[in-house]
Amino acid sequence: MTQIFGNLLSNYEDVVAVLLFSIGFCVLLFSRNLIKKVVGLDIMDTGVFLLLASRGYIAGRHVPIIVDGITTAEYYINPIPAGLVLTGIVVSVSVSALMLSLTVRIYRTYHTLDVDALYMMMAVNKGGKP
Amino acid sequence: MRDKPILDPEFSSIWTLWKNGQIDLTTPLRSAGHQDPKSVREVEKYRPRRSREAYSQYVRRSTKLYKIAATCLCLIFITVMLLTVANLPPYGDPNAPTVNEVSERYLEEGTDETGAVNTVAGMILDYRAFDTLGESFVLFTSVCAVAILMNLSGKRQHIKHTKELINYADDMIVRGVCRFLIPVILIFGIYILLNGHLSPGGGFSGGAVLGAGLIIYAMVWGEEQASRIFPAKTVRLVVFCSLVFYCLAKSYSFYTGANHLPSAIPMGIPGHILSGGLIMPLNVAVGFVVCFTMYSFYMFFRRGRL
Repeated sequence: MTQIFGNLLSNYEDVVAVLLFSIGFCVLLFSRNLIKKVVGLDIMDTGVFLLLASRGYIAGRHVPIIVDGITTAEYYINPIPAGLVLTGIVVSVSVSALMLSLTVRIYRTYHTLDVDALYMMMAVNKGGKP
Repeated sequence: MRDKPILDPEFSSIWTLWKNGQIDLTTPLRSAGHQDPKSVREVEKYRPRRSREAYSQYVRRSTKLYKIAATCLCLIFITVMLLTVANLPPYGDPNAPTVNEVSERYLEEGTDETGAVNTVAGMILDYRAFDTLGESFVLFTSVCAVAILMNLSGKRQHIKHTKELINYADDMIVRGVCRFLIPVILIFGIYILLNGHLSPGGGFSGGAVLGAGLIIYAMVWGEEQASRIFPAKTVRLVVFCSLVFYCLAKSYSFYTGANHLPSAIPMGIPGHILSGGLIMPLNVAVGFVVCFTMYSFYMFFRRGRL
């Protein structure tokens, strides 16, 4: 148990990433507004990016930009997570834009963003089947 | 999909009325002269199966159940993830399994093989160029989807927009600051684009900065003015040309690389501005795609068309 807590303390960046992810997940599950759900998903994305970026760090090493002609791998941090985070950010932006435009269409049709009201309306439209 | 609301504008309150028992949805259908047994059967579907009290009790109960289940799910998720984090190698550990021969190869041979000083730029635009091409196409696809969903041009133009409350271009302070700020933002974006293989930055970040400059311009001087400077045709042409250039350039370099043919693209001296082979043109292409994607997102959400 103490070992787990010690590990959590030494991995504090990953713990913050997990907390961010959980905050986003709770917003996604508990808020009834569609726009807040999109924001929650974005916060989840941020947690994942923080986890990836912190996994790439190596204590005491330098940015992977080779300016002094030093090409030993032990001098630089890991460049791969940076590329993966880049991919993730682009996909996150695209997905948020798509979801927000769908939200706009839903609002134009139903005049509400409340998920419960939307379900009720769909049930009423379909014929009493919730 | 229809743009106009399915029912009356007061429709949003219809379910409140229905829940309180002030409205019977079957009445209008019955009074409209549906008397034959077939249409009565059709109408019966619109009658709620349960009584209203039982129905609202059911809704309340299922909401409570949903909240309990969601809380349990969140707690299980957090516990599992924290246990996983506790078992990861320590933060900043040089012997972690993620630090393997792949990153070693990128760092030790990257500058010789790609000509880029910035290892990340060399990685995403040379070793993993297909990945970046896919990202550009993800952006392009999402712009297409947003355009389909938000398009208000042509026949759909009758939908009125909420009028601008503040005209920013009339405000002396906003106009003066933006007149100074927008060129600085654009020049900084171009610098990030062109210097992507030498310093932190590259196509995606530079394109985002350029897009921010364009969005500020559209915000302050109005969407009509912005679309006069960047018409829809120009935006489409630039994005299309960038994607085609990316495909062709990378096809050439993959073809020569895979067949061990000599490449006609000079590598240059690492560290100089004209070096890195294809990396700088590819950065510019990606930057254009990102910039106009951000700008089109803003215009589609704000105006409904480019």
